[in-house]
Amino acid sequence: MTPPAFAVARSTLASRIGAVVGAVLLVALATLPLWGNASLMRMLIEFISLLVLAQMWNLLAGYAGLVSIGQQAYVGLGGYALIVLADDVGLNPFVSVFLAGLVAAAFSIPTAALVFRFRGGYFAVGTWAVAEVYRLLIANSPRLGSGSGRTLAAVFPLARETREVLTYWLALVIAVGAILHGYLHLRSRFGLGLTAIRDSEPASESLGINVFRTKLWVYVIASFGGGMTGALIYLNLLRISPDAAFTVNWTAFMIFIAVIGGIGTIEGPIVGTVVFFLLREFLADYGSWYLILLGLIAVVVVIRYPQGLWGLIADRWDVRFFPVQRRVRLGSRPVG
Amino acid sequence: MSLLSVRELAAFYGDFQALFGITLRIDAGETVAVIGSNGAGKTTFLKAIAGLLPVHSEAVRFAEQPVGGRPAHELVALGIVMVPEGRRIFPSLSVEENLKVGAYGKRRGPWSLRRVYDLFPILAERADQPGTTLSGGEQQMLAIGRALMANPRLLLFDEISLGLAPVMVRNIYHAMSAIISGGTTALVVEQDVSQVLQVADRVYCFRKGRVSLEGRPADLSREQISAAYFGV
Amino acid sequence: MAVIDPIVQGILLGGLYALFATGLSMIFGVMRLVNLAHGDLSILAAFLALVTVRVTGLNPLLSLALVVPAMFCLGFLLQRGVLNFTLGRGVLPPVLATFGFSIIIQNLLLEAFSADSQRLNPGGIETASIALGDRLAIGWFPLITFVVAVLVLVGLQIFVSRTSLGRAFRATSDDQDAAELMGINNRSLYGLAMAISLGIVAVAGVFLGIRTTFVPSSGPDRLLFAFEAVIIGGLGSLWGTLAGGVILGVAQTIGAKLSPGWGVLTGHLVFLAVLLWRPTGLFAGAMKRSR
Repeated sequence: MTPPAFAVARSTLASRIGAVVGAVLLVALATLPLWGNASLMRMLIEFISLLVLAQMWNLLAGYAGLVSIGQQAYVGLGGYALIVLADDVGLNPFVSVFLAGLVAAAFSIPTAALVFRFRGGYFAVGTWAVAEVYRLLIANSPRLGSGSGRTLAAVFPLARETREVLTYWLALVIAVGAILHGYLHLRSRFGLGLTAIRDSEPASESLGINVFRTKLWVYVIASFGGGMTGALIYLNLLRISPDAAFTVNWTAFMIFIAVIGGIGTIEGPIVGTVVFFLLREFLADYGSWYLILLGLIAVVVVIRYPQGLWGLIADRWDVRFFPVQRRVRLGSRPVG
Repeated sequence: MSLLSVRELAAFYGDFQALFGITLRIDAGETVAVIGSNGAGKTTFLKAIAGLLPVHSEAVRFAEQPVGGRPAHELVALGIVMVPEGRRIFPSLSVEENLKVGAYGKRRGPWSLRRVYDLFPILAERADQPGTTLSGGEQQMLAIGRALMANPRLLLFDEISLGLAPVMVRNIYHAMSAIISGGTTALVVEQDVSQVLQVADRVYCFRKGRVSLEGRPADLSREQISAAYFGV
Repeated sequence: MAVIDPIVQGILLGGLYALFATGLSMIFGVMRLVNLAHGDLSILAAFLALVTVRVTGLNPLLSLALVVPAMFCLGFLLQRGVLNFTLGRGVLPPVLATFGFSIIIQNLLLEAFSADSQRLNPGGIETASIALGDRLAIGWFPLITFVVAVLVLVGLQIFVSRTSLGRAFRATSDDQDAAELMGINNRSLYGLAMAISLGIVAVAGVFLGIRTTFVPSSGPDRLLFAFEAVIIGGLGSLWGTLAGGVILGVAQTIGAKLSPGWGVLTGHLVFLAVLLWRPTGLFAGAMKRSR
């Protein structure tokens, strides 16, 4: 009996529509400085910052199984690296944002050497402990402004409008880069390896996947992304202090957004960030109630709906905009 | 009236079906053996009886009550106690503490620390040692003693000869005869067919999740058992 | 003497840290759960004591009689109501749920009490001291704290090693499936374990609130110090945890004497050093046994 004809395909109707919509959206966003206003740009910069941070956390926890609550370390390190590179070393501030990511990545390697000694819940606390060490070291360092922090001076020569538009475009580049990276990287052999590790570490080892090195690589990438985003955030805010840069609230945002949106998917953090902004706008007059509500929703989601909001939508309507899975289509001719 | 009555029991690990419509009964005071090769479903069956696997509530009846799918600790309170595969001795507890924790359910009955020590004197000697410092055979005795401390109405033995030297296995089965002759009902899952057939009143053979043979050891020939065991 | 004084202060502080650490490591031992809200729950207890004192006028130490049972019940509810459902499903759910609690508690306290510094006032005992010889004086209150910590540890040790329930705790932390086969109801046991942990953490929180000022965001530091004390001391031994707390306390106190901003950081550095040099902790491996 001959096996049924089948084709292994990747794109779906939804993803092809999504690609077109995405392209249109990208053009609209890129030209925003022409038709939008400054406060919209600022909001989008903030949206992008949180989105990328959530993407990075998603990469760590959803794909590599590394549940870290210390990623704020790299937000802070990235932010301070920007100040040092742009003000003290004299490099172009916009280029420094990328370099700050590299600095953060450099710090992530010795950090990993320490925290990878832990597993599970203790790994989480360990990452938090290290973030605190970085915060205290900086807070005790007069050259870095000690407890009161520093201001980014390198951008003062620029006109305010110019600075804002350039920062916005930089944010867009970073956002597109992060999403593309997630998509391309996860489609590759590397991505398959990650999924294998997520499903079963011992099985992966037996298949020849170097689990430790893979996890380390993911940790470094996530730190690079976090550092770059930290630099972006403080390029936008212009003023940094240790308590603000290293606050665990960054991690709270990352985690809640990733979990509510849907861990282990690329669309999830996008949905999650939207929910975050909606909640914050709705509860803007009520102090930190939005954070309490966010936390409650996250707890409920992780217990009852672990696939997250996007997971619920995707499962219900079998929709995937970023097709990282391969599908078997029975009955069709092989493609190419 | 059977003490344990199993009817059309099916069991799954996720999407994988391990047991297909098992029907079996054990009367009070009987010793029933379940034999079969690896993967036949014997341990899965015991897990289902002991409350470690979710199954349909009516599929397992104990003393006329439907108990299928109830959690293990509830079944212990009813008197269904398992001597688990691999012994599962608690490393942080001494020999005596391992025995005492077996009595956690506080069921009344003839078994006490004193009586278990009489049955297995070696355990009394090693009472204060950590449970896992005992030899394989001694740990098996400890596991059995621990189960006895719960004063079971139905004792489940899961592969107790596994990993033990033949001399040890004979000793264990000798002790098991003493336990059974006291009136305890027993369900013994075994790969070592010859030993278990000497103590069993009836035997069931499992193959690929189904009952392939049933009868009294005296009524069954070697060939019949072989055929049911291997399926040739 | 310049050196002995901070060492003694550090040892006494270590008692308090050991109290924090014990609740954390007990939960990890029994159900492999790291309670990220551990520190925040102690601060919650301190605020509960504050409210009790304001409403009843009781001395904060007496308010423990209300706060400890309240936290005990809360622990039971949190575990049976939420945390039990996060167990056995991988790393993320328990981390996320307890982290979520941490953020929720901090912000609820912030909304209810604002960010003002608070302090529990036991009526003078916290400043009294006794003189040992003519060169050393130790505060009454740090001494009482240390003694209470040791008493709690002794009580816990007795409970774990000599009672039927304590045996069940040890059995469950060894092998939870086999424990079920003994008739032990894991879910129920976990509820009790969390209740005890929160009861201990309540004592720690109230003593902390007497010793120093606190704010809604003081929780995470408590968690970190508890964690560091556990790691320095090593898992598996209550006395190791006390030793870990003492070492951390001494490190922090000596560090603070050298330079005011360096107290906590010195503790962190000692923790990192132990992690690098002896990852299993300095006193690990001692099994909790009855004899």
